[in-house]
Amino acid sequence: MESLLGPAFLTALFAGTLAAAVPLLLAGLGEQVSEKAGVLNIGIEGMMLLGAYTGFVAAWSTGSLWLGFLFGMLGGLAVALPMLILCVWLGLNQIVIGIALTLGVEGLTALLHHVQFSRSYPRLPRVETLPIPGLSEIPVIGPALFDRHPLVYLAVLCVPLLAWVFRRSVVGLNLQAAGDKPAALDAAGVSVTATRAGAVLFTGAMAGLGGAYLSTIGAGIFVPFMTGGAGFIAIVLAMLARGRPLWVLLAALLFGACLSLTTALQVGGVRVPTDIVQMLPFAAVMLLLVAFGRRAALPAALGHPYVRGQR
Amino acid sequence: MSGEAQQGAQPDAAERLTSPARVPSGGGDLARRLAQALLPIVLALVVGALLLALLGRDPLAFYGDIVRRGLLSPLGLQESITRSAPLLLLGAGLIVAFRSGLWNLGVDGQFLLAAVFAAAMAPPLAAALPVWLALLLTLAAAFAIGALWSALPALLKAGYGINEIVTTLMMSFLGVSLANVLVKLPFNDPATTVPQTATLAAADRLPRLFGTTVNLGIVIALVAILAVHWLMTRTAFGLKLRVVGANPRAAVHAGLPVARLTLAAFGLSAGLAGLAGGVEILGVWGNMRADWNPGYGLLVIPLVFLARFHGVAVIGFVFFFAVLSIGGETAARRADLPNYFNLFLVGLILVFMALTEWLGQRWQQRRET
Amino acid sequence: MMSQQPEAPPPLVALEGVTKRFPGVVANDRISLSIRAGEVQALLGENGAGKSTLISLLAGMQQPDEGRILVEGRPVRLGSPREALRLGIGTVYQHSTLVPSLTVLENLILGAPWWRRLDRAGTRARLAEITAKLGVSLPENAVLGRLSLGEQQLVEIVKALWLGERLLILDEATSMLTPKGVEDLRAVVGRLREAGIAVLFITHKLSEALAFGDSISVLKAGRLVGGLSVAELRALGEQEALDCIVDMMFGTRGEQPAAEAARRLGEAGPTILEVEGLSVAAGPMEPQVREVGFQLHAGEILGIAGVDGNGQKQLAEALAGQRAATAGTIRLEGRPIQAAGVPARQRAGLRYVTDDRLGEGTIGAFPVSLNLLLKRIGTPPFWRGGVEQPEEIDRHARALIERHDVRTPGPATPIGRLSGGNIQKALLGRELDDRPKVVVYNKPTYGLDLSNIRLARAAIREQAAQGVATVLISTDLDEILELSDRIGVMLRGRLVGVVANDAEARRRIGELMIGSGAQA
Repeated sequence: MESLLGPAFLTALFAGTLAAAVPLLLAGLGEQVSEKAGVLNIGIEGMMLLGAYTGFVAAWSTGSLWLGFLFGMLGGLAVALPMLILCVWLGLNQIVIGIALTLGVEGLTALLHHVQFSRSYPRLPRVETLPIPGLSEIPVIGPALFDRHPLVYLAVLCVPLLAWVFRRSVVGLNLQAAGDKPAALDAAGVSVTATRAGAVLFTGAMAGLGGAYLSTIGAGIFVPFMTGGAGFIAIVLAMLARGRPLWVLLAALLFGACLSLTTALQVGGVRVPTDIVQMLPFAAVMLLLVAFGRRAALPAALGHPYVRGQR
Repeated sequence: MSGEAQQGAQPDAAERLTSPARVPSGGGDLARRLAQALLPIVLALVVGALLLALLGRDPLAFYGDIVRRGLLSPLGLQESITRSAPLLLLGAGLIVAFRSGLWNLGVDGQFLLAAVFAAAMAPPLAAALPVWLALLLTLAAAFAIGALWSALPALLKAGYGINEIVTTLMMSFLGVSLANVLVKLPFNDPATTVPQTATLAAADRLPRLFGTTVNLGIVIALVAILAVHWLMTRTAFGLKLRVVGANPRAAVHAGLPVARLTLAAFGLSAGLAGLAGGVEILGVWGNMRADWNPGYGLLVIPLVFLARFHGVAVIGFVFFFAVLSIGGETAARRADLPNYFNLFLVGLILVFMALTEWLGQRWQQRRET
Repeated sequence: MMSQQPEAPPPLVALEGVTKRFPGVVANDRISLSIRAGEVQALLGENGAGKSTLISLLAGMQQPDEGRILVEGRPVRLGSPREALRLGIGTVYQHSTLVPSLTVLENLILGAPWWRRLDRAGTRARLAEITAKLGVSLPENAVLGRLSLGEQQLVEIVKALWLGERLLILDEATSMLTPKGVEDLRAVVGRLREAGIAVLFITHKLSEALAFGDSISVLKAGRLVGGLSVAELRALGEQEALDCIVDMMFGTRGEQPAAEAARRLGEAGPTILEVEGLSVAAGPMEPQVREVGFQLHAGEILGIAGVDGNGQKQLAEALAGQRAATAGTIRLEGRPIQAAGVPARQRAGLRYVTDDRLGEGTIGAFPVSLNLLLKRIGTPPFWRGGVEQPEEIDRHARALIERHDVRTPGPATPIGRLSGGNIQKALLGRELDDRPKVVVYNKPTYGLDLSNIRLARAAIREQAAQGVATVLISTDLDEILELSDRIGVMLRGRLVGVVANDAEARRRIGELMIGSGAQA
């Protein structure tokens, strides 16, 4: 027990937290944009998974991680496109299409993996990290937080960037209008469909990128169904964050910490069943909702703008 | 177009999305509706055939295997019917929820938790009581566990209006993990090397029907889904739930006890999901292994939507997908493909079904004007 | 040598022979009208007369099938809303087209190209320019939803004039305003006039047309059937002008809706409803109700006047049982019912006709037959043992449909497909069914056209004549004065005075409504 809270445990915890948080952060921010515009992207799990696959394949065959990220984003977009055409433009049921796409992608990627990699199970080499001078020297948290692959830093930078877009750009206004009162946006001469389409595409790209991170850096390998519900968690994160990108980051870190706790505990010499640890973040969220339910005012109308597929 | 036709307040999202009391588009002749049902399947099969060809497999042989195994072979047909049982019960539960305007996305968690308790309770009960009583009590417990697992989201929604998409999803993840913990620790059968619960003897499971491998579960499921359909469309209670689902403000205006109805709807919905778990354990497996999660919930949700919450239509859709699952397992094995291909096919069919349904509606509208 | 009069400049905006057709109806039939700079033209017409189509043509939403539109003498094609705005034709609609969660400034920026940053400085400058002309000031960083309705409307006006200021179209602009708000709007319209901006003031209320307009045009069944030019209107006295207009609108003189004001002064029946000290807690952004008390006799109509938002709706809901009272008693025929829920009060004969027909009064997707029994789900003979009895429900529906002349293809039609007037008839039918004793009406004629308004008012009078005790809540003073025996005024949650409906009533109500100080 002496090693608990020792440096090894803490480093493993912080490092693992960030690694687990990045995909959730990227997907969560993407989903937040969609939800702001009034689209509930149930298919985000599929976007992440396809991004994980295409990202991995691209990185493995070209040897370039950045190409992997690019193809990860393209993978996410490939799922966002049918979502856009069928749901935003034509107005089909978002739930049916979202789940259908997710199932389809799960099947497709698992199938392709079986055909290509089931015998070889290739792994990507460990990634080059980019240490931030000075900060990475700090004991314990330095190497964990400030000696990571550049994508991690970029992901975190997305938070202030998105916050700026939401509050200080015309795009942000359009998104908010599309979600709160599309009739007003239409009256102002801006296409609601185009705005929502843009939002969905952005979500696809971000989710795909998150998936690509998961397969190329996080795990270094693609395994069928590897996202394991991360997309759905991203939906919940975005709902809880209520329009503030910073809260997506905090929530992603919370989940990341819980998810990485098992490994960290093992390093610290404590063995706790994975399942119990995996329950922690969800239990934490439920507790928060119960405690602050009355005042949190997560409005029941939260479902409303998001499933408002038509104007 | 005249100013008289009131647009008024925007239709409630629940009303618009779930449209529980939508007047059925009756009228359509049988031929058209059959075509509408078959067209998406054909389209999806064509796309699937392309993929199969790309992978170097024979599409016709593959599809032929599905039909032969899932539908035509007596054993396969029985398996398809057996597979339909938990899906139908889940469907029944989802009908209740969606028609009441509630997003019960926690069905997988409710299913698994009820299953693990059923698996743990059944062997000792069967040893102490007559089999039928043990089964009855276990199934009742399964229902109760499922209902209980939805209590927290139900209370938060009824009391504070907290969005149930978030809460039921959370509870589902929690339920899945908790069920695993229970299998691995307190309910674990020390006699086996693999973590699982004590196995219920075959003689003590749900009885088989008429010398087939189909167990009583299918009867329970059919009764449940037809009963739910009748409840929602023909009774005052069902109408009250539908009112809450269509327009909660109108429900308040009409003096309905919205909070109580919400709790009741959740309880019934989640209870049926729990019952599905119980039926699956008591009818098919006899025990529960660790890390077992067939994920039926995710599949049934779109089916219920496509069936427009109509009980009989759900039976049709569920059976079709059960045949696809069972037949697909064999077809995949014989084509030396993993079962994942069928998952892809399912997704494809769902997309085409949604598209065809939408096209059919547009065509119908155009005919009306 | 007498110098010639200089040619008058062409009208700012003119329509020549404009026609617009839709399947089955000619919405606008060869309409020609013109508006000059600095003129306020009132356009009178009922719902269904073609006003909305005309507005959509001028606003660039649609194009005319025949005829043309001229701006300053030049024919133009208003191909899109943006083109209309650029030509200086702005429209303020009845229902807000702004986003409540954005600030005033942000709402004004909405519509800018998406790749730009927010140009706050430029927006602020333009805002200052326009508000100076209007003679008002607006808090630019305030969230729109938190402003008063009058201020929100000002923002809409500013937005309408943003790209150009030739013609401002105001569609039923006063429907949500307090009397003070209406006064403020008149001042703004006056400033617009001074600035040389033309105003097209759309309304269905004659009194408003006279109050606001320099000239009046009357639209009826898609045609412009007449009007009074600036000169003509100035020449006539108010009553004469009124007669003239009424003649144009209805073809008969003297058939004035406001004329049947003869109130019976018969003895009051027995006291049916007694309310004492009724208080309701305030929700977020909602007014409370404070210690309201009154007595109501059988056959009596108590009008409750007051500006929207002073607690009338909350009072109605508390009387109906939809909202819990925090204090006070309600006695129906002597028995206390303040603890009873809606179904119990319904059975006891206390009914509530809500103003929110589609939001809470009915369920649009449900058939008419079920909507007619919405407050009686589960009661026999329509449900036996909890099971639906379709023939009984159908029979009941058909009877009500016939009795109240609800135009519907059938009892199974989803009620949302009916026109507003027919939905209201169905609602009235529902609440007045099965021996009502007390009926609370909240804005029963809101949004209806004139014929349906008259039908509704007749129904209210008829019920009262049969002994129903009536509470009539309305923001339409004419309606209150026409129907009520006594009139009370709600101000900030209190019933601040109840007066008899006599010659002095209008003045005294006005005073009570203003109360101590201006109302937002």
